[in-house]
Amino acid sequence: MQDYDVLIVGGGHAGAQTAVALRQRGYEGSVAIVCEEAAPPYERPPLSKEYLSGDRSADDILIRPPAFWAQAGIDLHTGRRAVAVEADARRVTLGDGATVGYRHLVWAAGGAPRRLTCAGHALAGVHSVRTREDVDRMRAELASVDRVVVIGGGYIGLEAAAALAKAGKRVTVVEALPRVLARVAGEILSRFYEAEHRAHGVEVRLDTAVECIEGSGGRAAGVRLHGGELLPCEMVIVGIGIVPAVRPLRDAGAGGDNGVDVDEHCRTDLPGVFAIGDCAAHVNRYAGGARVRLESVQNANDQAAVVAHALTGSPKPYDAVPWFWSFQYDLRLQTVGLSTGHDEVVVRGEVASRRFSLVYLKEGRIVALDCVNTVKDFAQGKALILRDDIPREVLADSSRPLKQAVPAAV
Amino acid sequence: MIATSEDEADVAVAGGAGTLSLVPMLVIGRSGDGRVVEAGVGTSLMEEIRAAGFLELRAICNGCCSCATCHVQVGGEAAGRLPPMGEEERELLAESENRTARSRLSCQITVTQEMAGLTVTVAPED
Repeated sequence: MQDYDVLIVGGGHAGAQTAVALRQRGYEGSVAIVCEEAAPPYERPPLSKEYLSGDRSADDILIRPPAFWAQAGIDLHTGRRAVAVEADARRVTLGDGATVGYRHLVWAAGGAPRRLTCAGHALAGVHSVRTREDVDRMRAELASVDRVVVIGGGYIGLEAAAALAKAGKRVTVVEALPRVLARVAGEILSRFYEAEHRAHGVEVRLDTAVECIEGSGGRAAGVRLHGGELLPCEMVIVGIGIVPAVRPLRDAGAGGDNGVDVDEHCRTDLPGVFAIGDCAAHVNRYAGGARVRLESVQNANDQAAVVAHALTGSPKPYDAVPWFWSFQYDLRLQTVGLSTGHDEVVVRGEVASRRFSLVYLKEGRIVALDCVNTVKDFAQGKALILRDDIPREVLADSSRPLKQAVPAAV
Repeated sequence: MIATSEDEADVAVAGGAGTLSLVPMLVIGRSGDGRVVEAGVGTSLMEEIRAAGFLELRAICNGCCSCATCHVQVGGEAAGRLPPMGEEERELLAESENRTARSRLSCQITVTQEMAGLTVTVAPED
């Protein structure tokens, strides 16, 4: 394969947007994306929502039309996997033995779904929700599925549960912790979503650990819980997070113990090698200065822009407010900021009205808002993140726009 | 605005199962570069602008109305025939520093025949 000025590993949101942003900024060098999947870059968020439910097709979720990439002078090498990086030689080896030289490498390989390790984890009918092919396999089986067990009560698991419950399946969510969304949201939101799922006929089992997957004829037939109870089912969905795909970088000497460490310009400690997106551990002031990985479309896009700026002579450090969304049933949750470590929550509006926001504070400073069907709070809340001068009574009063709470700009 | 009747905008695509109607619009990028884009009826205006090569339209959330990075300004007579804004679109646009009376989120606009001749300018980045 030819050498490239910029070689991007990974064709997800981060990799695709790096190539687009480079061209948008007038970068004239050669650019290629190497990605393991066969499909050209597509959006991942719909996989657990509209693509799973069939409301959007494979073409509908493409990040750009197939012809776009060649027109923009971006070489797509799909179905190929980067297996080794030689940082000094500036060369990547692919799974088929081919080598590709680069001036700049952008590692945007994301992560692989974390697998169960218990007996039965590899049976047919056990699925993860990470790639389009994962969901295609699920959809091909759905006609003969009545009962589904979702292992993991995070956003992916809950979104999949919502889509399948709407499709008429009998769904059970099994969560090892005492509440769903425990790692990403406060208890009020967890209890709200548990109640919503139950109201839609989903059984939610908390504090519940999985012993193994039971099979019959090579297919999953049920989930055995600690304590012996069996949840019979025809399909198991495992949504327990991802493992960052950084082995080749780590083998090449890049530092990091959760993904790969990057600086404020998304540079790893290997020469000419950037890392962005789900696998990039960066110091984030919205996380109180902690080194974090953010698995989100916002982070993928904004870090891609950071790399494009760095490579076009106008470096701009990463400093974007994190934001997320999760749509389940008729609930549009939009989150701005990071609530991890919060010590105070102000409720804005009535939770029972299914239209409310939660304002999270840490040591008196607003760190995040979870907005359920309140896009106005989401839009206005961004300006409040990290502020410590907003009166609680304004935050708690949903009749007063959050905007009014912000002292006039200087 | 571009003088084009609705009839002239009808283009039959050979080999397709049916007739795909294309609607001409003038799209102007951030650097002032304008070009006529033939947008397909029933498609998302945001996707048509991006597909036409206006790379500056980021549309980070890909059309689910969670950001305002597909912000455009609309003009021409056809702008008066656009469907009204929904609440979410209005709330998101309200926080844009570059909001004008002609602001729309292009992901919330589905192309129709009535939009022939629309002028769409990509808004400055907030």
